[in-house]
This record gives sequence, structure tokens and C-alpha cells, in this order.
Amino acid sequence: MIKNEEMHEAVPARRDSMSAYLSPLANGIKPSGIRRFFDLVSSRKDVITLGVGEPDFVTPWHVREAAVYSLESGKTQYTSNAGMPELREAITRYLDDSFQLKYDPAKEVLVTVGGSEAIDLALRVLISPGDEILIPEPCYISYSPITTLSGGKAVGIETFAKDQFKLCADELRASITPRSKVLILCYPSNPTGGIMTYEDWLPITKIVEENDLIVISDEIYAELTYGTKHVSFASMPGMRDRTIVVSGFSKAFAMTGWRLGYACGHPDLIGAMLKVHQYTVMCAPIMAQYAGLEALSEHGLEEKDRMIESYNQRRRLVVKGFRDIGLECHEPQGAFYAFPSIHSTGLTSEQFAQRLLEEAAVAAVPGDVFGLGGEGHLRCSYATSVPQLTEALERIGRFVQSMKQM
Amino acid sequence: MNELQLKVLDLLKEDARRDAELIATMLGEPVEAVKQAIHDLENDHIIVKYATVVNWSKVDDEKVTALIEVQITPERGRGFEGIAERIYLYPEVKSVYLMSGDYDLLVEVEGKNLKEVAAFVSNKLSPIDAVLSTKTFFILKKYKQDGIIFEENEGDHRLMISP
Ligand SMILES: Cc1ncc(COP(=O)(O)O)c(C=O)c1O
Repeated sequence: MIKNEEMHEAVPARRDSMSAYLSPLANGIKPSGIRRFFDLVSSRKDVITLGVGEPDFVTPWHVREAAVYSLESGKTQYTSNAGMPELREAITRYLDDSFQLKYDPAKEVLVTVGGSEAIDLALRVLISPGDEILIPEPCYISYSPITTLSGGKAVGIETFAKDQFKLCADELRASITPRSKVLILCYPSNPTGGIMTYEDWLPITKIVEENDLIVISDEIYAELTYGTKHVSFASMPGMRDRTIVVSGFSKAFAMTGWRLGYACGHPDLIGAMLKVHQYTVMCAPIMAQYAGLEALSEHGLEEKDRMIESYNQRRRLVVKGFRDIGLECHEPQGAFYAFPSIHSTGLTSEQFAQRLLEEAAVAAVPGDVFGLGGEGHLRCSYATSVPQLTEALERIGRFVQSMKQM
Repeated sequence: MNELQLKVLDLLKEDARRDAELIATMLGEPVEAVKQAIHDLENDHIIVKYATVVNWSKVDDEKVTALIEVQITPERGRGFEGIAERIYLYPEVKSVYLMSGDYDLLVEVEGKNLKEVAAFVSNKLSPIDAVLSTKTFFILKKYKQDGIIFEENEGDHRLMISP
């Protein structure tokens, strides 16, 4: 017979706090800096926000209507894991027409729950423990934490305002080690609005080739360029099969809440991502997929162009506004963010953003949350109405002026 | 009309209070060119007037609006023009359109109350020789006018801060 005490000994000692149950990976991730700032903002009224990373447009009505119609006609089931075949076909047609990217809808396209899931899947299937993932910064806040969660090591590569936040070949080369495996690209860039041209890409392709890197190219802002047309990294000579293109409907089609994105690439890579996707989320929501199909219709593309024209107008307004205030601001060529420098005020970006919120009731995201090179800047989204932007710029102007007088 | 004028029109149609400076910034064009474009648009009567869209139902004001379908016999030589003019010169007439289909003119009339509109129809409009018949419809509620939705419920629902 076993005695009571002996039975107790078989049970491991109790953990002393709930967080002790968490895996070290999950425990090690910090909450996003954006989140932290969010708490501060939500305690205030009358705030004009330039802190929003999503369109101010509601999804165009014909797209919403298509989703409503799909529901009315009883389309409420799972779809094929990779996404509805007609949507995958529409996506490949669209990528070909827009960016000269050719993919086979049957094997090289995966419809995901937002571009977010596509990035996560790509990292999960590529990373082995200890692999180094190269990330030009300032960048979208998720890359580094998801890399960590996938067991990899995020290696930031600083980019600079003087280069319009382009990825510099020398900086990239200097960051490469024998453990380097993946390069994450995001152009047009959140938060800087920087883009890369054909000529900018060329030296990068050489380094990618020489070092046998795989590239995750987050092109969720591809449509939002002003002046120059977006050049997909995957369309560069020799880069197609080394690149997983990640994109989605959130930004250009004003569909953030639908959670619809996609990844395209070599069938072996997409196939592996499909496996993980199938076991984790099964498929993207069917109504969102019907909405996406409508968004890629001729009518949807017109609406998209109309929205882009409007962002462009507001971009000019904001850049001029910051420069008139006396804040240095490189001209963003893509996405819907301006990334002015607040160096001249002598404050850190965190201090500036906090005081701007408290004293001028304008919310913007401090640049340091986006990683290397972000400090000293402020991310300001211009996806906001013209009267709001004008008012925000006036408030910022008064705030900067008041600091000078002290 | 040139491309700049078209773009200027679009921006002014959204908000007539935008000045040349703001429009020039938004379009990335020189202020002088935008001023000239506005000047030309006004001169050519492409911009006819800067007006305010009012949601009168929010004002304590008992105005009523009616749409009147009017059938007429066109005049020799002038067609519908002369009669249209006789009608649109009345100040209570807000708009007059020549229509295809079952009737000829669509006339929008505004009055203080139902009686006033009815009086206009029976005393002014119907007696015109060329007018064969009228059919009056009163507007009960305006949801959207000139592309502007009155009770917009699609405001900004975004979080204050997001990725
Ligand atoms: C660079 C970048 N990639 C991906 C995403 C996520 O997009 P989705 O809504 O498609 O998940 C965002 C959203 O802010 C983004 O800025």
C-alpha cells in the first residue's frame, strides 16, 4: 500500500504564480508599445488621433453588400483550406495585372486570416531554433515578437531618415552571420512610408542570393504608393522562388476587420504553410472571402483607386504641415504614415508623444516602439479626414511653438 | 475643361469652404494655378454657386417639399424651353428637370405647408395652357441629397491607436 506522503511526492511542486505556468517564450514577449500608449489615450476625450494604422474609410458598400448576399444565400460553411478557388484565381490575376507577379492559384496561393496569419505561418515553417531573422527597422511591431515565438532570433537592421528609410545594402551585409536565414521586408513601410525602387532592390537581391536567404516580403501596402509604382521584391530577377509575398485586403481595400490576407510563393513553402494553417485555423472566414472576391472586381478596383487618390492628397497636406511647423519630415512615398523627426525639440519620442497627448490632445505613436532608428520620430497616420488633419496640425504647431518659448 | 479643374471641382464639391491654398497643397500644384482654375470655373459658370446643404428636418421649420410630374404640350419652335422657364422662374420652384418617360418635367416645389404647395399647383402650374396634367408627390423624409447622407451612421469607429 502506498502512503499518502509518497503520493504527494510524485506530484511536482506547485508553481507559485499563474505566469509561472507560461512557456518561457510566451513569458518573454513584451506587450506592444502601441498597446501601452493606447491605455494612455483611451483615458482622454476630445483627442484627435493620428495613431491609427488602418483606413478611415468604411469598406465600400458593394463589398459589404456582397458579403451580406453571401450570407443570405446560405454560404456559411468552411471553404477549401487554401481558400476558395475563385478567390485564389482572382488574387493571381490581380497580382499579375498590378505587379507582374505570376503564381499558380492551385499550388502557390494561400488565403489566410489577415496578412498577420500569413507572416506567422511563414516564420513558423521557416525558422529552426537559433536561426537569425533579419529585420530592417523601424518596422511593423509584430515581426520581432513573432520571430521570437517561432524560436528564432530577431536581428534588427537600422534604416535612416537620410536614406528615406530604404534598406541599405551595406547595413544588410554587415548584419549577416552564418545563422542568418530569413529577411523580412516591408515596403512600402509601416511606420516610415519608405519604399524601394528597382534600383534600390538590385544590390539587395545580390546579397540575398549570395547568402542563400529566404525573404518574407510583406507587401500589404503595395497599392499605396504615390508617384512611383510598387516593385515587388519577388518580381526581381531570380527572387521569385526565394520570396514569400504576404499581402491582404486590410489596407488598400479598407477591410481590416474582415481578417483576410494571403501568401504566395514556391509550392513547397506554401504547401508547408497550408499544413499549419489547416491545423490551426482551417480556413479564412467564408463571408470575408466573398467580400474579397468582390473587392477584386472591376468596381472594387475603382473604389481602391479613389481611396488612394484621397490618401495622396492628405499625404501632401501632412508633409507640408509638419515642415511648416518646423519639424523635419522626409516625404513618405507609400503607405499612409508620415514619420516626422522631433529631434529638434530635445524630447524623446515617448516624452513628445505623451506631452502632445496631454497638452494638445493629439495622439500619435512614439517612433521608438518600431525598433532601431525609430527614436526621435513620431508615426502619424494621415488616414484621417482633412478637417481632422488640419486641426491636428494646428494643435501640433501650437504645441511645438509653446515649447520653444519655454 | 482640364484635369486640374476637374480635381479642383472634386475637392470643392466635398467642401466648398476649402481655399486655394489648401487645395493646392492637397493636389501638389502651385497655388496660382489653382486660383486660376477656380477663377475660370467660376467665370465659365461651371461653378455656379457655393451653397450649404441643410438638413431642414433638424430645424424647427415646417417646410414641405413636393415633386410634381408635369405633362406638357411642347411649343412650336421652342419645344419645352419656354414653358420650363415660365415654371422655374417661380421662387417656390427649387428645381426643374426635363425627363424621359411618362411625363415631361419634374418640378420640385417647396412651401411653408401642404396648403401652400397645393395652391401653387392649382393656381399657378395647372392653369398654364400647355400643361396637360400634374401629379404631386410630397417628400416625407430625406435620407440622402446630392450624395450627402443626412443621418450618417458610419462614423469613425476605429480604436484611437492601432498597429
Ligand atoms: C506592415 C503590416 N503588415 C501586416 C499588417 C497586418 O495586416 P492584416 O490586417 O492583414 O493582418 C499590418 C497592419 O497594421 C501592417 O502594418
